[in-house]
Amino acid sequence: MPPADGPVQVPPGTPIVRMRGVRKAFGDALVLDGLDLDVPAGQKVALIGPSGAGKSTVLRILMTLERVDAGTVEIAGEPMWTMPRGGRAVPADRAHLRSVRRRVGMVFQHFNLFPHMTVLRNVTEAPRHVLGLARDAAEARARELLELVGLADKLEAYPSELSGGQQQRAAIARALAMRPELMLFDEVTSALDPELVDEVLGVLRRLARESRMTLLIVTHEIGFAREIADRVVFMDGGRIVEDDAPEAIFTNPRNERTRRFLRSVLRG
Amino acid sequence: MIPPLDLLPPLLAGLRVTLVLTAGGAVLALAAALAAGLGRLSRHAWLRWAAVAYIDVFRGTSALVQLFWAYFALPLLGVRLDAMTAGILVLGLNIGAYGAEVVRGAVQAVPAGQWEAARALGFRRRQALARVVLPQAVPAMLPPFGNLLIELLKSTALVSLITLADLTFQAQVVRAATLRSGEVFALVLLLYFAVAQAMAFGVRRLEARLARGRAGGPVGGIAGGMPK
Amino acid sequence: MIFDWAFAVSILPDLGRALGVTVRATLAGMALALALGLAWALLRRAPARAVRLAVFWGVEFVRSTPLLVQIYFLFFVLPGAGITLSPFATGVLALGLHYSAYTAEVYRAGIEAVPRGQWEAAWALGLSPGHTWRAVVLPQAIPPVVPALGNYLVAMFKDSPMLAGITVVELLQTAKLIGAETFRYLEPLTLVGLLFLAVSLVSARAIRHLERRLAAR
Repeated sequence: MPPADGPVQVPPGTPIVRMRGVRKAFGDALVLDGLDLDVPAGQKVALIGPSGAGKSTVLRILMTLERVDAGTVEIAGEPMWTMPRGGRAVPADRAHLRSVRRRVGMVFQHFNLFPHMTVLRNVTEAPRHVLGLARDAAEARARELLELVGLADKLEAYPSELSGGQQQRAAIARALAMRPELMLFDEVTSALDPELVDEVLGVLRRLARESRMTLLIVTHEIGFAREIADRVVFMDGGRIVEDDAPEAIFTNPRNERTRRFLRSVLRG
Repeated sequence: MIPPLDLLPPLLAGLRVTLVLTAGGAVLALAAALAAGLGRLSRHAWLRWAAVAYIDVFRGTSALVQLFWAYFALPLLGVRLDAMTAGILVLGLNIGAYGAEVVRGAVQAVPAGQWEAARALGFRRRQALARVVLPQAVPAMLPPFGNLLIELLKSTALVSLITLADLTFQAQVVRAATLRSGEVFALVLLLYFAVAQAMAFGVRRLEARLARGRAGGPVGGIAGGMPK
Repeated sequence: MIFDWAFAVSILPDLGRALGVTVRATLAGMALALALGLAWALLRRAPARAVRLAVFWGVEFVRSTPLLVQIYFLFFVLPGAGITLSPFATGVLALGLHYSAYTAEVYRAGIEAVPRGQWEAAWALGLSPGHTWRAVVLPQAIPPVVPALGNYLVAMFKDSPMLAGITVVELLQTAKLIGAETFRYLEPLTLVGLLFLAVSLVSARAIRHLERRLAAR
């Protein structure tokens, strides 16, 4: 599994993610309402909850795809939206955001592979042009990762020639190639036909077991979450309702809403 | 009057000619567009052929060349047109050819179910077209027609090259007389722009008026509360 | 007066030469329109509101006013500002500027058709904005709009006779000169009309073919 050799050393004990009092509204709809969340380095977290609970929004905020209306976000101890200058904190500039973003990788529900590039090029593009890797080094890294996700024979294929499961595995390899410390997975199997879900979960399982990266996985696959997560966070209505080890949450949920959600999901 | 507005009077005389050309051309273009657009959809093969021929010839050749041909070559075949008539005829037919495609597209976009319902009710083809299909096709035609109207306005400038005293012709005259090229042409461009914006505004108002009571209004009566 | 075929054939070489001028002017004008149009489309997304508005109204103005008047404007005003260009160059500049207003809209449509997920994936990977445009967005935005751009190339070809108004010796000007010399306008003007028609129909067919091939990919 690729080591998480990120750019700057993180002081031991610093959580990879620290969100405090995060509020986010889209127009009139309040999606996150004063959210606090700490994720220590190396933890594998499953984020579950009903639609509209704000789970994807949390990921998108961590990926700097959305700004927060209130509250603070820190990645590996670095504030996301402010930066130190001359002893004071000023609004972050683009370079700062880019350096924060470099520690985070994301896999999307709809893969978002670049359709006009081969699988190999999809995976090497960012390492070459963002990390400055030489072409050979980038390709070597890409080959290794694509082998890991089971696509060694699809290097020269275009995304349109791949199944949904293959595309998503390629997308995972693409994100891993940047060696982020924090990997975000936004319902990565929800857009797949049922028979293709397992091949993607297989890759996630390996990542969870064998890598030191911090993983934040939004998913509806409750059984999978139970199997691989160190910690399960249940969100509803823009807040964290329950936050515990998988066995605790799944066998003995303390909150009534958690119970109701699990009942509705595990039924049928 | 203060410069550059002192240049206005002769230019406004030209503007009047431009507006007459645009109005006349627009009427002819509308008629031609409807005839050829519907003709393309006719059951009669000869009508379809004629429509396609008209559309391809007038869209496929340069408007200026058509104008020259009508004014200089036609007399040699016995048909003598004055510049204004040649202008309205050529520009109207030219823009009408583009309009024909708009009409055809809009009519074809009306769902087939409308035709079927109309015929099922006993309407003959011509009635179904006039009473049911065409009225539904018209709103979709307005935005492109608005653009074509502005294209027509712009193309009227070409008549200056067959010595018709439109706004562009007058611009050349005034420029030659005063040598104030910058002011003259800037003023003329602004005048065309103002007219174009006014026409665009008018078309938008027309679009809004036609949209009232279609998609927006409440549908009362049977359609709302029919029991299943 | 009937059509004099012998005469018509005899003027073909002159018309052929003039066609060369017309084609060169059109291709040069289109190259300019393609480059400028992309610039306007990109500037329309600039962070500074003043830039966005300026480009929007500039494009709107150029699109709403006659090409012929724009040609005259450049022809008569540029020398006064110290810029001396040949009539041919002035014509190419006018054609390029005028049609860049149209190609800008075509580019804009193509860019907006690229799914948002592509932008987000590039962002998540840390690709710089410049690289995102070059390697991810534009390669997906442009191929679908090539047929529309091709249509404007044909339109520009049909507008090129306006250059006769500033003495460029293209097809229409040549026809006029022949007519003035020989007092025979019917043959040259008819031939020129047919030439335009032929080029138009052939390129329309080529563009439709291109459209089908691109859609199949």
